[in-house]
Amino acid sequence: VLLLTLSVVAIADAELCKPDAQNAFKVRLSIKTALGDNAYAWDANEEFLFKAMVAFAMRKYSSKSTTQISNVLLCNVTDRVSFWFVVTDSSKNVTTVPGSEVEAAIRMNRNRINSAFLLSDKTLQFLKITSTLSPPVEPSTPVWLIVFGVVLCLIVAGIVFLVVAGIRQRKKKNKESTERENLEEKVEVTVTVENGIPCEALDLKAGHVNGVFAADDERFTSL
Amino acid sequence: AMEKSRPLWDNPLQFVFACISYAVGLGNVWRFPYLCQMYGGGGFLIPYFIMLIVEGMPLLYLELAVGQRMRQGSIGAWKIISPYLCGVGVASVVVSFFLSMYYNVINAWAFWYLFHSFQDPLPWATCPLNSNRTGYEEECEKTSSTQYFWYRETLNISPSLEVSGSVQWEQALCLMLAWLVVYLCILRGTESTGKVVYVTASLPYCVLIIYLIRGLTLHGAVNGLIYMFTPKLEQLSNPKTWISAATQIFFSLGLGFGSLIAFASYNEPSNNCERHAVIVSLINSTTSIFASIVTFSIYGFKATFNYESCVNKVILLLMNAFDLEEGSLTADNLNEMKEYLMATYPQEYAQLAPQLKNCSLEAELDTAVQGTGLAFIVYSEAIKNMEVPQLYSVLYFIMLLMLGIGSMLGNTAAILTPLTDSKAIAARFPKEVISGVVCFINCVIGLTFTMEAGNYWFDIFNDYAATLSLLLIVLVETIAVCYIYGIRRFEKDLHTMIGRKPNWYWKIMWAFASPLLIISLFIFYITDYILTGTLQYQAWDATQGQLVTKDYPGYALAVIGLLVAASTMCIPLGALLTFIRKRLKRESCSTV
Repeated sequence: VLLLTLSVVAIADAELCKPDAQNAFKVRLSIKTALGDNAYAWDANEEFLFKAMVAFAMRKYSSKSTTQISNVLLCNVTDRVSFWFVVTDSSKNVTTVPGSEVEAAIRMNRNRINSAFLLSDKTLQFLKITSTLSPPVEPSTPVWLIVFGVVLCLIVAGIVFLVVAGIRQRKKKNKESTERENLEEKVEVTVTVENGIPCEALDLKAGHVNGVFAADDERFTSL
Repeated sequence: AMEKSRPLWDNPLQFVFACISYAVGLGNVWRFPYLCQMYGGGGFLIPYFIMLIVEGMPLLYLELAVGQRMRQGSIGAWKIISPYLCGVGVASVVVSFFLSMYYNVINAWAFWYLFHSFQDPLPWATCPLNSNRTGYEEECEKTSSTQYFWYRETLNISPSLEVSGSVQWEQALCLMLAWLVVYLCILRGTESTGKVVYVTASLPYCVLIIYLIRGLTLHGAVNGLIYMFTPKLEQLSNPKTWISAATQIFFSLGLGFGSLIAFASYNEPSNNCERHAVIVSLINSTTSIFASIVTFSIYGFKATFNYESCVNKVILLLMNAFDLEEGSLTADNLNEMKEYLMATYPQEYAQLAPQLKNCSLEAELDTAVQGTGLAFIVYSEAIKNMEVPQLYSVLYFIMLLMLGIGSMLGNTAAILTPLTDSKAIAARFPKEVISGVVCFINCVIGLTFTMEAGNYWFDIFNDYAATLSLLLIVLVETIAVCYIYGIRRFEKDLHTMIGRKPNWYWKIMWAFASPLLIISLFIFYITDYILTGTLQYQAWDATQGQLVTKDYPGYALAVIGLLVAASTMCIPLGALLTFIRKRLKRESCSTV
């Protein structure tokens, strides 16, 4: 009788868990991609852990502590590593928990399941369950505005400095030239002017030879 | 009162640096590598150097000598050569004005990318999530994250030229900042420009050297270098190769804008501009080759990375479909395994076949890109895959900024020097105000390029504002100096300035070779435009995630015609006006 019940259970399990069965999900792990040299081998112990994690997720989700590890059935384990699993309902005979419930439970506890296996959403894939991608962290002010503000302030400060320095330089030059003009005017008033040339400049004693025309003779080619 | 003496460069090194900073610009980085790739790899260097000797050095020497001798900006200098040629100077100023309008937008984009480089991860490294957070944005999925960042987040480009859209405030801010930076550099004339060019000329070389070392040590860089430098000598028989080489030399040196004349006018009269012309043109060409080595190692890295990702995707697909053990499929045994699987599971394999792409390294290397696409898409894609991408990103965009600002300094000098030379304007307003007004006007007009359709207008200006007009201007310049001013008179001027007469090489190039070359380029471009019929442009289609070709609408064609006409018509108009003025004066004199 024991053998009979065992075989009936086994056949029932095989009925419930097979590829593309109702409420069954395919799982795919990429352990070597994720961990490289630290990859662990997939064996029966790992399968036990997986069943435990799924049972844990179901318990947390429905908050009734009736899901047992034996309720989670795994089948068709390949070398890839990929397999199908299904969660049975112990209260009702030989039925599986609806896929939507399983999906919601896994979604809620995805992080815990991933960390148990040292994997991520990409390397531990539940093929029909899409994961919500976490958005990148956005600071309150975009970073680029901050850098822009800094550079803008520096440039404007530079421009203002140069313009002010230019204005000041020009004022100084204007003041200097007006001072020089005032000085020249003062000097001119006291000097007698003959034909527009101040008398002191004219050496009235002897004629001055204008140097420019002195070498006049040499400019012409000799005959 | 003593007349204000002309400001001078503090030393000849400032002048050389200013010329280098102006000539070495974005074209060296983003156009030359493309030309090299399209027209025969290492073999392209042959027409390039021939054109440098026939066209580049003589024309550069000519412009520098004219500027140094006449000691005036472009309008004044050509007026001295012959009063009928004042139109040439005005045409140069008009072309420079068009150029400065759109060129600073590139600096605005470089600022934008620079400011966004201070994040981890870089914003163009990943696609943004869609509204219900289950996957990535649809447009980003169709194309790549770097293209999405460029077309959507930077430009927010509209589907066609007709849809103008609104001004993007972020781009407008960056454009304003770019103009403020340019204003800061030119505000005091040569005093400030002379110091700034030390930085803008040398910093790009530092960054290029860093990138060279980084680039050559990247995985897969060698593939790109081999691909580039294998000469495909059969391209030498293609006339387009020679035309592209001539065009590249011509535009790379920035001839005809009046900037070189302006820079040279601030020289001491005894400055050896012959030596400087040779130095500047050689440095410009070597920088192009240097930049293309860097670009091709980056290309090689990016192509190898994409090829390996493609192969890995195929491996993953096969592993998942057939539940094979991890690690059983590698890049090496991929082909054998594919055949084995095809034989063992023919139906499933047939189902999978459409998704299995044939990954090819050649195809990845063949994608030749130029212009803003290269600078902002390809490079940012390569940078995001490097280690410490933020550092390389910041360095790269600072380099682009230095190159762009260096060229802007030359452009604005070409506009401002004639303005400050003319006594009517310079007597009334100080030069700070004149520079400020020019920058402000350019900034306001430049806001057109920050609209959603702005990039399409940018392409119009980039392709048509300067090309034909410059050829005509430089042609008239060369003919004017050789035949109107007289080559003997020019020789004597050079002898007074430098101390020796130009030898027969320069004279032959000025009198015959360069003008003939420019005329043939001119004829080629005109026939090309006529033969192509309608002009077309590349528009970004967000639904497909790629560029599509569209025809320009009527008003865009009108703008293109206006751009070309505005500068070229100045030359004959100027001659006509001077002729009429002389006639009227002669008549009024004779009636007295």
